[in-house]
Amino acid sequence: MQFAFDGSAPLYQQLAAQIEEMIFTGGFDEEAQIPSTTQLSQQLHINPATVLKGMNMLVDEGLLEKRRGLGMFVRPGARQKIMERRKDNFYNDYIKKLLVEAGKLGITKEHLIELIERGEHDGTIKH
Amino acid sequence: MEQLSINHITKRFGRQIVLDDISFTLAPAKIYGLLGRNGAGKSTLLNIITNRIFPTAGTVKLGDQDANDNDDVLGRIFLMSETNLYPKRTSILRMFDLANEAYGQFNYQTAARQLKEFGLDEKQHLSNLSTGQQTIAKFVLTLNVDADYILMDEPVLGMDAAHRDLFYQELLKSYQAKPRTFVLSTHLIEEVQQLVEHVIIIDQAKVAIDDDVQHLLDQAHTVSGPADQVDKYTAGQRVLASEDLGNIRTAYLLDDLDDQRVLPDQVKLGHYDLQHLFIYLTNGGETKNA
Repeated sequence: MQFAFDGSAPLYQQLAAQIEEMIFTGGFDEEAQIPSTTQLSQQLHINPATVLKGMNMLVDEGLLEKRRGLGMFVRPGARQKIMERRKDNFYNDYIKKLLVEAGKLGITKEHLIELIERGEHDGTIKH
Repeated sequence: MEQLSINHITKRFGRQIVLDDISFTLAPAKIYGLLGRNGAGKSTLLNIITNRIFPTAGTVKLGDQDANDNDDVLGRIFLMSETNLYPKRTSILRMFDLANEAYGQFNYQTAARQLKEFGLDEKQHLSNLSTGQQTIAKFVLTLNVDADYILMDEPVLGMDAAHRDLFYQELLKSYQAKPRTFVLSTHLIEEVQQLVEHVIIIDQAKVAIDDDVQHLLDQAHTVSGPADQVDKYTAGQRVLASEDLGNIRTAYLLDDLDDQRVLPDQVKLGHYDLQHLFIYLTNGGETKNA
């Protein structure tokens, strides 16, 4: 498992985001057990309280569930949930930035649409 | 379990004030970082807490019991010190035995496993070990002493990167097996910033910061953009340092952002880490231009 942290956000949020990413991309399957707080803490050299905070954030979001005496598991439907949330945030997370940058560069709406079509032709957009 | 409180500790060596009215509290079962520049008085403070040297003024208390000359209290605090107090021909095992006599309940089994992980043998004599290996031997001892407050002065001194990696792993393993308080006094801030929950920074003989790491980092913002706009946006706030590059100024803020202020389009916000916070904070002045 490869985690990387920077100063961009609180550590527990970065940890949660990276576990979320792994669930989304299939690094952790639904209903699969994920490493314990103890394991993650020792492996990543992160204070256990921080790891726990990150995990609890994912529990609150309904992506993980704690099974008593067994450990932490990915909830069924977690991937779908992530997908929906990312769709909701797509405009803010991606489109807005794209439009701001395009504005700075003087790229017109027509040109933007051309670029999107280019992505379709060169295989960047997969159907 | 009781808290360990450091109350108004002052230490003078002759006319020099090394520690000036230092107060903070250590809670049970928490990992602390004790940071300060070279000569900031960290070692002196740790030696005072463990009653090895005496303060000019102030007290150290566990709960409501004074630690001064109190074996019950001192038997619950252990200092892994930078200096070597053992005679030359001391073996690692002998060191363990001494700790067992003084503190009781020494965990020989775990110690043996850890020595092996680090490639050491308990029959080896301290005098035949390199600086890094001596540190490892002391670290293994420290992890297996039965005490509630473990103070570590430069605990990775001379250790190579692979051993430091193992150090952090074993430290967390030990902490999770038996939660107790650790105080790490170290220069390698980058390596411990994810590990420590709370940080105490000593600067110019005083406590400069006594805060939860996350809470502290939540206030560590970079503000960069055209100089006049950055200055306007950060006016009246605590700016630790600022740097200019071309027409762009970056201010290192240690403060909550003011929601009432409008962030200009050309000004960008970011974060910086504990290492940089430490450097800017202890570099002398506030608002220093590079």
